[in-house]
Amino acid sequence: MVFYSVPLGKLVRRVSRLRGGGSALPGLVVEKIDPGFMRRTLTTLPHGVAVVSGTNGKTTTTKMVVELLESQGLKVFTNRTGSNFTRGVAAALLGEVDWRGRLDADIAVLELDEAHAVHFVNSVPPRYCLLLNVLRDQLDRFGEIDKTAQLLQHIAAKTTGTVVLNREDPRVARIADTLTGQEVKYFGLDDSLLGTFPNDDDMRAAPGSPAPAGLPEKPVADVVLRKVGADSAEFEYDGGTVTTAMKLRGVYNIFNAAAALTLARSICGAGAATADHATLLEALSKVAPAFGRGESLTVDGQPLDLVLVKNPSGFRLGLKSFPAGGYATMIAINDNYADGRDMSWLWDVEFDSLREGGVDMVTGSRAYDMALRLQYDQVPVGAVETEIPAALTAFVREGRGKPKRIFCTYTAMLAIRRELSKITTVEVVS
Amino acid sequence: MNPAEAVTAADQSKGTIRVVQLYPRDMNIYGDWGNALVLQRRIAWHGYTPELLEYNVGDPFPDGVDIIVGGGGQDSGQLVIQDDLQARAGQLKELAEDGAPMLVICGLYQLFGRFFKTRTGAVIPGIGVLDVETHGTDERLIGNVKVSTTEFGEVLGYENHSGQTTLGNGVRPLGTVAKGTGNNSNDGHEGARYRNIVASYLHGSLLPKNPAIADFLIRTAAERKFGSFSPGNPDDTYAVLAREHAARRPR
Repeated sequence: MVFYSVPLGKLVRRVSRLRGGGSALPGLVVEKIDPGFMRRTLTTLPHGVAVVSGTNGKTTTTKMVVELLESQGLKVFTNRTGSNFTRGVAAALLGEVDWRGRLDADIAVLELDEAHAVHFVNSVPPRYCLLLNVLRDQLDRFGEIDKTAQLLQHIAAKTTGTVVLNREDPRVARIADTLTGQEVKYFGLDDSLLGTFPNDDDMRAAPGSPAPAGLPEKPVADVVLRKVGADSAEFEYDGGTVTTAMKLRGVYNIFNAAAALTLARSICGAGAATADHATLLEALSKVAPAFGRGESLTVDGQPLDLVLVKNPSGFRLGLKSFPAGGYATMIAINDNYADGRDMSWLWDVEFDSLREGGVDMVTGSRAYDMALRLQYDQVPVGAVETEIPAALTAFVREGRGKPKRIFCTYTAMLAIRRELSKITTVEVVS
Repeated sequence: MNPAEAVTAADQSKGTIRVVQLYPRDMNIYGDWGNALVLQRRIAWHGYTPELLEYNVGDPFPDGVDIIVGGGGQDSGQLVIQDDLQARAGQLKELAEDGAPMLVICGLYQLFGRFFKTRTGAVIPGIGVLDVETHGTDERLIGNVKVSTTEFGEVLGYENHSGQTTLGNGVRPLGTVAKGTGNNSNDGHEGARYRNIVASYLHGSLLPKNPAIADFLIRTAAERKFGSFSPGNPDDTYAVLAREHAARRPR
């Protein structure tokens, strides 16, 4: 049977792309005229759907899972950055299906925003889910952390096969207690690395504040990240440890590699492919950072790193993972809808690590909020310029001969990439 | 600062001002640390010695309290502190009546009131320091807020709450909402003022962009403790500019 929604949706997609938008409009059209399209298409996949959700690191982790599965010979459908909600998935599907609405893939690995995932899993129950963490993220959009944990719990409850949980995040690990039929697997962190992972409960702890109680007893994890080197990492699984080179930087990205490995091993173990660990590790070592997640560009022969910061934990992790020494530093804070309008999160990040070198440039619509935040942490500020293009030009000019690092919110990063593409090669993300 | 500087600073200090954060472990969700940090720094910039203490559930209550600051929490955090707060009600009331300066934001603003009635009709008793009552709703009031006040000029912040608070006769509003919703959907009031307590739904954090409120708390504390306040000269250039830019942002 032919569904007219597919050719029509593809037409809308073509037209909207001609108009310069990679928008969710075609997804909306298909949803309206054929609400069953997404479910019908995804439930035909031989190995079903894997959903990746959580507040931090979804994009990088999804990218890793996709590349790990592809290394095992699987055809993977995935959604791109910025389309991590149902309509975005529908739009991404339209680009991939043939005119009869068939998708040539073995499995779908989908990054879903925790708020939108509920709607998606109600329509398409996933066979696998990977739940990363519950850190404060844009509370002004969703309300409260506990509510976010409930959203993730709902994804787990709707999962038919394996649920992969972060053993180190108490709110995520406790989801296991609510599950009955699903297989549960954990990814974990060596105790020696726990200190590099603030969580929200002890985030702004003054000296002497006790950390919150985790699980009474740590469950055994399928994959544990044991050590992180400058460009390598050591993982433990199946009773042994392996060291692999890593292109990814930042401890939290590498912790998510343990998450991706756990999910990929579950999928392969369930008969999708025979997990060949040598090729899995080789694939892992080649994963490049996702859009804005510690990407390194070259400007004037010097590296320029873009570090996306969306919430206090992410910012703290970013500052820890990318030490400031020897770098020229810029911070770009916007407060558009996608960034979150509420600036209170900046006060839950400690900027002491920037005190010695100072911050060369502060920009974005909330540049002065950020400058004020730095003043109260006694961090010297070189210049403040709310307009991103002018700020970036000055920052690149003043920082000639030095490696550079820019911490930026989502829409600030889009603006910075646009400006940078005029002076260097920037990977275009549609 | 190095030890030598610390000695000189202490020599030249106009005296110590002790700030107590109420329940930072459980009620610290909207950048409330920012308010404590601003008090700590500004006390020093005014030439006094700041002493910042935490009070969490089960701790012995510190004496010699000059300023109290408390913040917002999730429902779960409010449940954790509830009994302890009731046990401390007498002390907090006494301090309040005695004119101790206090800043309570969001969750603690509600619990300093008479009660919080949830959507399901359950009544959570407050400690009755403030003559206000709060009713839970299904509607979340979220966004940037501008408040006109007689005491502190324009107050800027951000609100995110579903409880709606109404003021009794015993308190005045902090001000009138010029943008945003404030205490409730009906009367245009934001926050509450009683003796030297400033209560508000605004975070963002409140004090960094509203140094007038921070300085009111510090001045009041100094006058209570030392009989007078001799201000320093904090550099508020960024605060002024952050206010200007924040005031222009959409809801």
